[in-house]
Amino acid sequence: MTVDNETEMTPVVAEDRSVASGEAGVNVKPSHRQRAGLDLTPQPGAGTVGTITVDNPIMSSRDVNVYYGDKHAIKNVSLDIARNQVIAMIGPSGCGKSTFLRCLNRMNDTIESARVTGSITMDGRDIYDRRQDVVQLRARVGMVFQKPNPFPKSIYENVAYGPRIHGLAADRVELDEIVQTSLNRAGLWDEVKDRLANPGTSLSGGQQQRLCIARTIAINTEVILMDEPCSALDPIATARIEDLIDELRASYAICIVTHSMQQAARVSQRTAYFHLGDLIEVGETDRIFTNPRHKLTEDYITGRFG
Amino acid sequence: MTELTEGHTVKGYDVDLAGLRIRLLEMGGLVLDQVQRAVAALAGADGPAARAVLAREEQVNGYDLRIDEDSITLIARRQPMASDLRTIISIARAVSDLERVGDEAKKIAYAALDSGGKRNTKLSAQLARDVRHMAHFAASMLHDALDAFDRMDATGAVNVARRDTELNAEFQSAVRRLVTQAMEDPRRLAAVLDAVTVLKALEHVGDHAKNIARHVLYVVEGRDVRHEDTNVLIAMGEGK
Repeated sequence: MTVDNETEMTPVVAEDRSVASGEAGVNVKPSHRQRAGLDLTPQPGAGTVGTITVDNPIMSSRDVNVYYGDKHAIKNVSLDIARNQVIAMIGPSGCGKSTFLRCLNRMNDTIESARVTGSITMDGRDIYDRRQDVVQLRARVGMVFQKPNPFPKSIYENVAYGPRIHGLAADRVELDEIVQTSLNRAGLWDEVKDRLANPGTSLSGGQQQRLCIARTIAINTEVILMDEPCSALDPIATARIEDLIDELRASYAICIVTHSMQQAARVSQRTAYFHLGDLIEVGETDRIFTNPRHKLTEDYITGRFG
Repeated sequence: MTELTEGHTVKGYDVDLAGLRIRLLEMGGLVLDQVQRAVAALAGADGPAARAVLAREEQVNGYDLRIDEDSITLIARRQPMASDLRTIISIARAVSDLERVGDEAKKIAYAALDSGGKRNTKLSAQLARDVRHMAHFAASMLHDALDAFDRMDATGAVNVARRDTELNAEFQSAVRRLVTQAMEDPRRLAAVLDAVTVLKALEHVGDHAKNIARHVLYVVEGRDVRHEDTNVLIAMGEGK
């Protein structure tokens, strides 16, 4: 198995970095030695097989490390998140896929012992910058969890809460409109339009999850993070969420962590495989599931893990 | 990465995959034997032997159906990915190649039956040599293709593909000799046409062997090379 990362990656990364050098404030223009492949300093994503970069990414992580106390949960992960695309993060339990996902909207901030190094940018701006308003960040980068967790409020209020606290609606009419649009986009409107005052928790599991998605997209979200959004759902509810993900991709960047390889293969355009904190391989989903390049990826997706 | 049959966490998956491969190789052995027996029947103008070949065709078809069915079941039950998926797809493709090799053996067996009936169609010594030579060549290609499939050996597969060019050249020159014979003695025209059918069948056996070699390369390299030129395959075998 050849790792053609070096030859294939270097120019892409170099180009990407020189574009980003304005904000990064460091000289990352590739030297002649680098271009000649003589520089031994590791490039971002050097340990990863495949192309970590995309054109015009909405988010970019470079050399991200996460520590929980002494535990090194993520090691030098560099990965771009593309606009209008679904990227699936797969890997065995404890591989760091959820940890990485949580870095993207600073959910790890809530964990006392967690420490994040490296850079994560959104539209070129460092999201770990001290001046970054975390509430604002989480509005732009929303999250849907494994277990549907609607607020203990009405269906309407579940969706209206975010726009209201972010001041997105001038009046009740506008708020109604946001609630309807969001529920519509989440494919839930027709099922709940006659009982908006009922508690969110009165809905079925699949409906609750779609309510959570509606809640997420009600506030000008650009990136939706999903942490095993279907693992508590039956196959039909799962299919509806997957169908919804496919529709939402027209308007959002979506990162989904899933234990189901079939789900990753169904919903994503790009797949990232994590193993023991390393990002092993990234590539087009079509290729990853038919012809992965790394032995570990192959072993995992074919079900040969010991 | 080409160690394909073992090591799944779900042991039953290994059993299913191994079973599929074993049945494919069994079928390969059967059709190889069919070709060899058909050619022997032709050489010896042995009618009963030819009929025995035709009678075994049903077994070949049985393998064809069984392996297809098992492949579909395996896909439905296990959702194979990556090299497993490529292996199963390649097995399904190889089965249809083997099934057609079986058909070619059938054509040769029919030719053997025909020649038994007509006295003056006995092959000339030169033609008998041509048939023997091509039959040996095609059978060894098929044998090596199956061997490459068994071991998922890219180098072996490339060698099979390489030899197909030689087999085609043999076919061309044998046909040229036949045309000369037909011109010298037009009464032998019917015999010549029968002989062309047999040689053509053997050439097809070589083509199917080459296809099987390509399926091996698809599993090993992850690249579909069914429509690639032989030179591209040879380049692959020499490490790109």
